[in-house]
Amino acid sequence: MLHIGLAHYLTVAAILFTLGIFGIFLNRKNVIIILMSVELMLLAVNINFVAFSAFLHDLVGQVFAMFVLTVAAAEAAIGLAILVVYFRNRGTIAVEDISQMKG
Amino acid sequence: MIIQALAFYAFAAVAIASGVMVISARNPVHSVLFLILAFFNAAGLFVLLGAEFLAMILVIVYVGAVAVLFLFVVMMLDINFVELRQGFLQYLPIGALVGLILLAELVLIFGAWVAAPGASQAAMAPTPSALTNTAALGMLLYTHYVYAFQAAGAVLLVAMIGAIVLTHRARPDSRRQRIARQVARRRDETLEIVKVRPGEGA
Repeated sequence: MLHIGLAHYLTVAAILFTLGIFGIFLNRKNVIIILMSVELMLLAVNINFVAFSAFLHDLVGQVFAMFVLTVAAAEAAIGLAILVVYFRNRGTIAVEDISQMKG
Repeated sequence: MIIQALAFYAFAAVAIASGVMVISARNPVHSVLFLILAFFNAAGLFVLLGAEFLAMILVIVYVGAVAVLFLFVVMMLDINFVELRQGFLQYLPIGALVGLILLAELVLIFGAWVAAPGASQAAMAPTPSALTNTAALGMLLYTHYVYAFQAAGAVLLVAMIGAIVLTHRARPDSRRQRIARQVARRRDETLEIVKVRPGEGA
């Protein structure tokens, strides 16, 4: 119990990942919360990478976590930019209406 | 040892609790603030794991940039969030079912999981003991992973250009300096000399 091993960190990451998926299901109308849930899932993935990196004494995991961080930041920026443009055009951010964007 | 364990449990508990609040808070501004708290606690977990550089990057990049970007967008858009929350509980059963199944599967994997015998010897870049975490990461990133590092920079550049192109709009009512018109201006277009007699006014 007091010895913190790899499994402890993996469990935390698994719970955070599950919370992210749960958040996507729960807030199906609000794109902003969906984007935040995606960020939570990427954070869980990063915790997995860093935990394995620390317990296997291999630095590559941390390098990969940095790349995941980069892509997550780019994804958030693009996603929010699309959201702003969509809100300007339609005055709402409801997910159901996005299916009308065709052609 | 015991302090480390207590710190782990504190960071993990607060991270998970704030994760729950992110997806269940009524006000999206509160969601963003709890997301920031979750990132801070994840940074604490990274420090416990000995990844100090990534912890600081997480605080700077996520708390300083991404979360503030979220906050900015939430406050900038005038959205009726009450309307968006309708049907919030409609998807609760299916979401809880999927989440519980996924969590159970992940925990089952952790229960039966063992490292391969040669896994610790097969490390691609064993953590050097003489260097700090930042120096070791830099030694690796600028040698073996320099192309991937450049590609990450290109991804960020494309994201920046994309965000600017998407959100930029030409505003016809903005008063911008037009240097060509200023240079082409002649004196007789703008200046008129009026002879005023004394005592009469213009």
